[in-house]
Amino acid sequence: MEYWNPRIEKIPADELRKMQYKLLKMLVYRLYNFSPYYRRKFKKHNITPDDIKNCEDVSKLPFTYKKDLRDNYPDKMFAVPQQEIVRYHVSSGTTGKPTIVAYTQQDINLWTESLARSLTACGIGRGNIIQISYGYGLFTGGLGLHYGAERVGASVIPTGTGNTERQIELMQDMKVNSIACTPSYLIHMAEKAENLGISIKNDTNLKIAILGAEPWSEKTRQRIEDELGIDAYDIYGMSEFNGPMFTECSEKSGIHIWGDHMLVEVVDPKTGEVLEEGEEGELVVTTLQKEALPLIRYRTGDITELYQDLCECGRAHQRIARIKGRADDMLIIRGINVFPSQIEYVLMQTREVGKHFQLVVERDGALDKMTVRVEVSTEAFSDKINDMIALKNRIKDRLKHFLNINTEVELLEPGSLPRFEGKAKRIIDKREF
Amino acid sequence: MKEHAIKQISIFLENKPGRLARLAKAIIDSGVNILALNIAEAGDFGIVRMLVDKPRIAYEELQKKGFTVSSTDVLGIKIKNEPGELYKISKALGDANINIDYAYAYSSNSEAYLILRVSNLNESILNIQKIGLELMDSSVFE
Ligand SMILES: [Zn+2]
Repeated sequence: MEYWNPRIEKIPADELRKMQYKLLKMLVYRLYNFSPYYRRKFKKHNITPDDIKNCEDVSKLPFTYKKDLRDNYPDKMFAVPQQEIVRYHVSSGTTGKPTIVAYTQQDINLWTESLARSLTACGIGRGNIIQISYGYGLFTGGLGLHYGAERVGASVIPTGTGNTERQIELMQDMKVNSIACTPSYLIHMAEKAENLGISIKNDTNLKIAILGAEPWSEKTRQRIEDELGIDAYDIYGMSEFNGPMFTECSEKSGIHIWGDHMLVEVVDPKTGEVLEEGEEGELVVTTLQKEALPLIRYRTGDITELYQDLCECGRAHQRIARIKGRADDMLIIRGINVFPSQIEYVLMQTREVGKHFQLVVERDGALDKMTVRVEVSTEAFSDKINDMIALKNRIKDRLKHFLNINTEVELLEPGSLPRFEGKAKRIIDKREF
Repeated sequence: MKEHAIKQISIFLENKPGRLARLAKAIIDSGVNILALNIAEAGDFGIVRMLVDKPRIAYEELQKKGFTVSSTDVLGIKIKNEPGELYKISKALGDANINIDYAYAYSSNSEAYLILRVSNLNESILNIQKIGLELMDSSVFE
C-alpha cells in the first residue's frame, strides 16, 4: 500500500477529528476578524469564534450558497488582498452569471497536495505516464490534475480535450499507462480507436483511468474496466473549492475526503438538517485551510452519503459515495431518487434519439409513473412498427438499467419538445402530494 | 429488376389530433399527389406510408419541413378482382421463406395493386414473376 503523506493519511480517526476542530476554530477566528463578507454574515447569525467548541459546532454556522458567490461577483468574497492571489479560475455554471475562484500560492500547494495523495492512492506515481484529457484554461480540471500528477513524479502529457485521433496516437507512441478525463470521453476515445483498428486493451499500455466531472455509474465502471482492461477510479471536486481534489483509493469503495482540507456534512436538501452517516442527502463542505476563497458550509448541490465503516486501505479520512445527482432537480419516484441528469446521460448514449427530453411524472393509482418523452431522429426512423417498438424498449431497458426504475418512453416528432435553457423545466410533475 | 422497386415515402407521426392534417397540408404545398396511403398506429405514435407521384420531391420537401421521413423500396403486385389472389402471392413468398413486413392495397382506373414491403425484394420479384403476376413499374413515378 502506497501513501503520499503517510503521517496525515494514516492518522487515527480521533486525532483527525481533533485536528479538524483546531483548523475549524482557526478558520472561524480568521474569517470573523479578517473577512468583511463572513464577519457580516456571522454577526447576522450571532456567531463568534467562541461558539466553536468542537467539530460538531460547525452546524451552528450559516450555509453558503452558489448564489452568494454569484451575488458577490467577482471578488467580494475573497478573503485576501489581490497581491496574494496567484491564479484565478472561472466556473461557468449551468444558469446565470459565472463565478470566479481565486487561489493563493498556499491554496495551489494544498490543492496539489490533495491530488498527490489521491493519485498515489490510485497507483499513480514516479514512472507512470499520464495523459490529462481534461480541459486546460479557465476550467479547473486540466491544471489541477496536471499539478498533482507532476507532484507525484509522473510524466505528464497535457493533451487537454479534443483531437481524439491525435490523443490515441500519443497514447500508443508515448506508452501512456494512465489517463484523466470524463468517463464519456474515455468511452468515445475507445470507440474512435476501434474505428481506427486499435484496441485500447490490446494495443496500448493503458492501465489506470481517473474519471469524473460528470455523473457515471458503477455499471459504466464495470463496462470500462472490462472492455478496456484497466482500473477506473472516481474523482470528485468542484471549482468552487479548487476543482478536482479527491479520488477513491484502491478499494474503490467511496471517495476519501482529506479531513485536514475539508470538513464534510450531509444535510437534508429541503430542511438543511444534518443527516446521519449512511443517510442520503446533499453534501456540504467547509474548506478548512483555503485562504483566498474560504467556504463555510458550502451547499454543493451534490447528492451523496457518508460511509461509516473504516476503509480497508487504512485511511481514516471520511469517504463519500459516488455522486448520485444534483439536489436542485432531484425527483423521488416510488421512493427512488431520480435525477434528470441521469436520464440525459442515458439518452446521450442513445444515438437514435435527440438530446432533448421531457419527464412527465404522474400518479397511476397509488403508484408514481414516469414517462420520458424523446424525439426520434431521422436516421433512427424505420417504417416498420416493430423496429420502432424495439427502439422504445431499448431506451426503456437502458433507463431501467441505470435508474433501477421502470419508465414509459414516448417517441415524438423532432422539434416538438420545447427548448429550454435550464434543466428544471424539463420536468412536468402532475402529482399532488 | 430495379424497375420494380417502388419508392414509398414513410412518415413518423405522433398519435395526436391535427398531426395528419399538418402532414396532408405539407404534401399539398409540395405539389405532390398521393396515390396510395396506409396508416399503422402503435399507441402514442403512428407511421404513415404512401405512394406518391413524385417521391423524390415529397421526401425532400417533407424533410425540409421537419418531418421524420424515410424512403423505402416496396413492391406493387397487380391483382385481379377474383378469389385466391392474396393466397397465391402470400404462398409463393412464404414458400420462398420471404417475410411480408406489411401490406396494403391500391386501386386506380379499374386496376388494383397489392403494395408489399418484404424481407428480400429481389427474391420476391423473381418469385412473383414465376407465378405469372405483373409488377408495378417505377417508371410511372417521377
Ligand atoms: Zn480507502
